[in-house]
Order: sequence, then structure tokens, then C-alpha cells
Amino acid sequence: MGSITLMHYLVLGALLFCCGLLTMVVKRNAVGILIGVELVLNAANVNLVAFGRYRGAGIDGQAAALFVIVLAAAEAAVAIAIFMNFYRHLTTVDVDRGDLLRG
Amino acid sequence: MTGSNRLSIVAAVLVWLARAGPVWARGPRGPGPADWIGIELEAVMFYLLGGLAAVCAVGCVLSSRVVRMALFLFGALGAVAGLYLLLHANFLAAIQLIVYAGGTLVVIIFGIMLSSASAAARYRARPAEKAAGAAVGLLLLAGLVTAVGRIDWSEGIAAAPSAPTVDGLGRALLTTYLVPFELSSVLLLAVMIGAAWLAGSGRK
Repeated sequence: MGSITLMHYLVLGALLFCCGLLTMVVKRNAVGILIGVELVLNAANVNLVAFGRYRGAGIDGQAAALFVIVLAAAEAAVAIAIFMNFYRHLTTVDVDRGDLLRG
Repeated sequence: MTGSNRLSIVAAVLVWLARAGPVWARGPRGPGPADWIGIELEAVMFYLLGGLAAVCAVGCVLSSRVVRMALFLFGALGAVAGLYLLLHANFLAAIQLIVYAGGTLVVIIFGIMLSSASAAARYRARPAEKAAGAAVGLLLLAGLVTAVGRIDWSEGIAAAPSAPTVDGLGRALLTTYLVPFELSSVLLLAVMIGAAWLAGSGRK
């Protein structure tokens, strides 16, 4: 099978990124969109850690990935709080219904 | 046995694995039969975990029920944690499972449970949206893969760090990355207050 190079991880990261982006675009459930965002962040993390390992950047890639994980957790908490408010007003989390600010 | 119990057992096993380090990284260095086996094992593990992550990500896109999407996300997160172990990022693998799978995913599942009172609410995208999304996604994937494939990535493979990386990571967080570290603590405080206020503000 040969040894695993940086390219393998980058291709996997690209696949995860595209799946996350597609999830964000196609889904209408707000929580589903949040799941897509998490997939995209994971793809970025795979790339960061893989570059840190294969390009000899020391601990920098892992530190950046750690901050991404922290930001993802914070973002999920705020997003769920916003969805709760959304749901309370419209009794749905269908993002297409969130057009109250339409001019 | 409750779910959180099971999760904590899984986390404990993974922390132990992270401490012990990858089995194939302990063998003697230099070309030899042990090294060859290590390379093959690494490839097998990569294809297993990467395949699991890819399947789960595709499942996230294709499934229409949001609970299944959360389950697929859990699989993808676990597989990525395994990939971190392969990349010698032991501490990050443990953090991935504890913070992501144990924290963020639970928050997402809470969100699903609290927002699906309208029974069996299904949010279907229109076929035109699906087609456009699939076209854009596949085009982007093809572009990214060809861009990655054009470059020769084979040279400059870093030597494996012998010790677990917790030490270096902690040192970096308190020296090089002190400002972002403190900023993220302020951010977490702001998020905590903001999320509590946002979630409670609509209550009469």
C-alpha cells in the first residue's frame, strides 16, 4: 500500500471540507447546517495537524488545531442558543423561514 | 450502563492509548522488517480511519434526518481523533473526543431534541437545490484534489517526536501562544454569558 504522505491527509481534508460545505448548502434544518460547519472545521484541523507533522513545524499545527476546537465549541454553544430563540419565535428551525427582516 | 458512563470509558481507553503512544512508533528506527510492518500498519490504519471519516461525512450530506446526521458526525469526529493518533498528536486526539464528541456533539443533540417538537419535522431541500449543491461540491472536490495532486509532497517528512506532545503543547500555550490563549478564555466567558442570555431572553 505504500507509505502515507501528506497528500493522503490533504485529499481526506478536501473530501471532509466538501462534504461539510455541501451539508451547509443543502440542508434547511439549522442544526444540520451547524453539523456542516463542524465538518468543515474538522477538515481544517486535519490539514493543520498533517502539515505540522510532515513539514516539521514543531507544535504550531497542533496549537492552531487546539484553538480551532475551542472556537468550534464556543460557536456551537452560541449557535444553539440562537436556534432556541429562532424556534421560540417561529416554532421551526427551518432556515428558509427566517426571513422576518426582509425588506 | 448509561451513555455518559460508556463515553467516559471510551475516553479513558483513548487517553491510555494516547499516553502509550502508537504501537508501531516504538520499534527500532531505520530500515528493517519492523519498519516495513510499521509503514504497512500505518497505511492500513489510515485507510480504515480515513474511509470511516469519509463515509460518515458523505452520510452527513445524504441523510435527511438530523439525528442521523449527528450520529454520522460522531463517527467522523471519532475517526478524525484516530487520525490525530496516527499523526502523533496524542493530546489533540484526547481533546477531540472530550471536547468535540463529549461537549459539542452533546450540545448539538440537545439542540435537536429541543427543536423537534413539531412531530417528525423533516426539512427537505428542493431537487434543484440538491442538484446545484452536488454540482458545486463535486466541482470543488475535483479542483482541490487536482491542486493537491500536482505537488510532490513526498520529501521532508519530519522525524517522529518520541515523547507525547502534551509537554510541548502546554509550554507553547503559555509562551508563544499566550495572547490567543488568554483571548480564548475571555471569549469562552463571553460565550457563556451570551449563550445563557440569548437562550433565556425570549422567556416571558
